[in-house]
Amino acid sequence: MRPTFSILCFTVLSGIGYGAWFLQGLAWAIGPICEAHSAASGVPWELCPVAFWTKAGSMLALLFVSTGLLCSLGHLGKPSRAWRALSQWRSSWLSREGVFALLTFVPFVLIAAQEVALWIAVVRAGPDGTVALSGWVSQGGLPRRLLGFCLAAGSLATVFCTANIYASLKPIRAWNDRHVVPAYLSIGLYGGCLLLAAMTVDRSMEFRDHRILLTGTIVLAVACAWLKHRYWRSIDAQSSTTTGHAIGLESLGTVRPLEAPHTEENYLTHEMGFVLARKHSTKLRRIALAAAFLIPALLAVLTFVLPRVYPLTVWLALASGIVGLFVERWLFFAEAKHAVMAFYGR
Amino acid sequence: MTTLPPPSPRKLGLVIDLDTCVGCHACAVACKEWNDGGQFGPLPDRDAYGAEPDGVWFNRVHSYAVEPGSDHAEGASNRCAGPDPESPAPKPGLTVHFPRSCLHCEAPGCVTVCPTGASYKRAEDGIVLVDEDKCIGCQLCAWACPYGAREISVRKGTMQKCTLCVDRIYNETLDEEDRQPACVKACPTRARHFGDLGDAESAVSRLVAERDGYALMPEFGYRPVNRYLPPRPRRDAANAPPAPPREETLDREKLPGVLRWLDRVLSR
Repeated sequence: MRPTFSILCFTVLSGIGYGAWFLQGLAWAIGPICEAHSAASGVPWELCPVAFWTKAGSMLALLFVSTGLLCSLGHLGKPSRAWRALSQWRSSWLSREGVFALLTFVPFVLIAAQEVALWIAVVRAGPDGTVALSGWVSQGGLPRRLLGFCLAAGSLATVFCTANIYASLKPIRAWNDRHVVPAYLSIGLYGGCLLLAAMTVDRSMEFRDHRILLTGTIVLAVACAWLKHRYWRSIDAQSSTTTGHAIGLESLGTVRPLEAPHTEENYLTHEMGFVLARKHSTKLRRIALAAAFLIPALLAVLTFVLPRVYPLTVWLALASGIVGLFVERWLFFAEAKHAVMAFYGR
Repeated sequence: MTTLPPPSPRKLGLVIDLDTCVGCHACAVACKEWNDGGQFGPLPDRDAYGAEPDGVWFNRVHSYAVEPGSDHAEGASNRCAGPDPESPAPKPGLTVHFPRSCLHCEAPGCVTVCPTGASYKRAEDGIVLVDEDKCIGCQLCAWACPYGAREISVRKGTMQKCTLCVDRIYNETLDEEDRQPACVKACPTRARHFGDLGDAESAVSRLVAERDGYALMPEFGYRPVNRYLPPRPRRDAANAPPAPPREETLDREKLPGVLRWLDRVLSR
């Protein structure tokens, strides 16, 4: 399959963005972690540094999600009609993906509104004033925890639907593989972890959230690399459809194309007859594994060992991770073979 | 609506005879010609008269060589190694011309993946169509089809496919005998047949039963309606039983007198 740049951007960037939103939403939903930290350090929850990375991280995630979704419009022949794609959620994974992608913006926008209300209250109170918070804007309150849960659930559902767009296509065996959905989910989570870790402004390494993110990066890098390895082994073992089988005459003997139906390329051969990636797959897989998982994991370890090199390490880890995930996703598309190519003997 | 309608008893489709198809591409050209001006047209091409023309065709005719597999297993490995003067490469057992178009599946994957409802299967006769005014050109349907039935129009930005000439088969301004898909009307060898494959008594259904018509790649579970008729077995001189020598018979009574006498004399 031809790896279109718009779809690469869409799946990689929105995957990372929704992964970060999932982690962020989870952190808000299970607020006690943050509350315990706040109580232990004696800093009021609203003013403790954790609140900064959450804002910066989720805003960068917003940028990733929006860029990804806008890129996906670039793949459409008629982008102005994109709204129609929200209608067929009963049968179509693409439609479900669109619905969840947009629904997930609702809790995010409401949380942003809470933050703005909070900021206004803090500014009004002045540097020495005490902030009187009503229940619905407080960061540890029930509304925030519910919104956090909705953000996490929506993000998870969106990436699950994205993965199923591809996993549900039977003619493309490499996508109709059982590793595809778990790989999409864990890679989204991993990318989100990288993004949040990179946005944590904290040189002292004291904060529990930060250590959680770095540990998460290492654990998820190993898990994703293992999943991708299993996936590649699985698709390498797949047999491709033969021409004889495609035209249903394999019982008569060996079938080979004699004359092509058209002299030039057509839509099918252009879109589905992409060979380059399979030729270089071994090298590209190594590059993907190293850039996407190995280097960021090593950098996360380095951050633990040498906290002084922070934040350069986590920024490098995010950069390397994004490049590596683009290679990984490029391979996911480019390596996959479509059954229709059997008619062309390719 | 891209959820599928309840199965209809009427299943309009094509039956394509691979035995008689000569690969002349008349069906493909007639299809392009009709649909370019028909209800679902135009089918604009890019660079139509240039070096690399590119456009939508609903029908593509492949040609294949079938080499008898089991008999020439050794020959096959020789071919892979390169030409060997000692064992001449076995001649193609069969040339098969194979027109490929939409099979109007009973459970079409291309319809259910459509996010907009542009792709649909008609409840009344099972024809799979694209509503060009709703299509957003996401191409997911083309990915979902293992038969390559759908091609995107680069010029229009929407997906196009075989309509089974729905604008001909119900068209009352045409003569009754012309209410058939353009490809069927154009075929010079009558290799294409159109009819209701849901009716076991229809001419096409009987043809399928008679000639062991088959569906393409049934393992995908899309249940194609169209059927292909396999090539009839070829006569093979080596395997044919030797013809018995013909006995000549002579009815003496019917001969004229002189010849009857000659026969009697020579028979002594």
